[in-house]
Amino acid sequence: MPLNRDFIGRSARSKEPFEVTRNDIRRFALAIGDPNPAYLDREAAKALGHPDVVAPPTFLITASTGDVAGSFLADPALGLNYALVVHGEERFEFHRPVYAGDLLDSQTRIADIRDAGRNELMTLVTEVTSNGEPVATVSNTIVSRGTAAAAQEA
Amino acid sequence: MPALEDVQVGTELPAREFTLQRANLVQYAGASGDFNIIHWNERVAKAVGLPNVIAHGMLTMATAGRVVTDWVGDPGRVLSYGVRFSRPVVVEDDDQGATLTVSGLVEAKNDDGTVVVGLTATVGGDKVLMGAKAVVRLS
Repeated sequence: MPLNRDFIGRSARSKEPFEVTRNDIRRFALAIGDPNPAYLDREAAKALGHPDVVAPPTFLITASTGDVAGSFLADPALGLNYALVVHGEERFEFHRPVYAGDLLDSQTRIADIRDAGRNELMTLVTEVTSNGEPVATVSNTIVSRGTAAAAQEA
Repeated sequence: MPALEDVQVGTELPAREFTLQRANLVQYAGASGDFNIIHWNERVAKAVGLPNVIAHGMLTMATAGRVVTDWVGDPGRVLSYGVRFSRPVVVEDDDQGATLTVSGLVEAKNDDGTVVVGLTATVGGDKVLMGAKAVVRLS
């Protein structure tokens, strides 16, 4: 069934700040197999001019797909079936790096839902701030496979 | 970090090969919180029309990004990073997994001391990312 287009423009803000810990960064860095000292060693990060360890560029996916997205993506009225979802596009624009100690707030909105052949594409845009300071803009497009109206008629 | 004056349009970043196995997908699921069943359950992945379990797109993106962050040294110098996922990375339940080959090329050098790096990421010769670009500050 096609996604509910009434959800375009809907937005949600994170309920609790996402506290970035050194351990979160370490666990993520190890999971992507990246031993860059700037992720793992505070002194190494400081030597590069950072206040604390730096998060890998894609780390924000853990903060921007949490409770914010969950609050409307899980709404049955949207009609999203996660087993049919694959990732279409992802983009991070940083106003500054993410550091251990950041308290991240996210405001996510459904910027667009559109057909692409038999599939549908849904774009979510998340503004990430820490204590009100802009940190990053994250744009995420997911593919809902085979749910376009055109696929139902075929 | 490469010196800005040594970097030109056409400068190649060292190409790398990375192996993604089922264990890496499980570890990434835990660290990222993305427990989508198609990344760990072969039965469901096949039932929804995929050839097998596929890697998280974000794991592919993170892995490819290492070609940029290893080159620049300081990951805090990455100003933007974006990709399109053009093809799923299928990870069989065997000792090989998938081999991701990533290369990078400087596509633009800007007056503000930043450069644009284009990344090419393939598995078995097929591109798994399209339009993969990172902007990094070199000075």
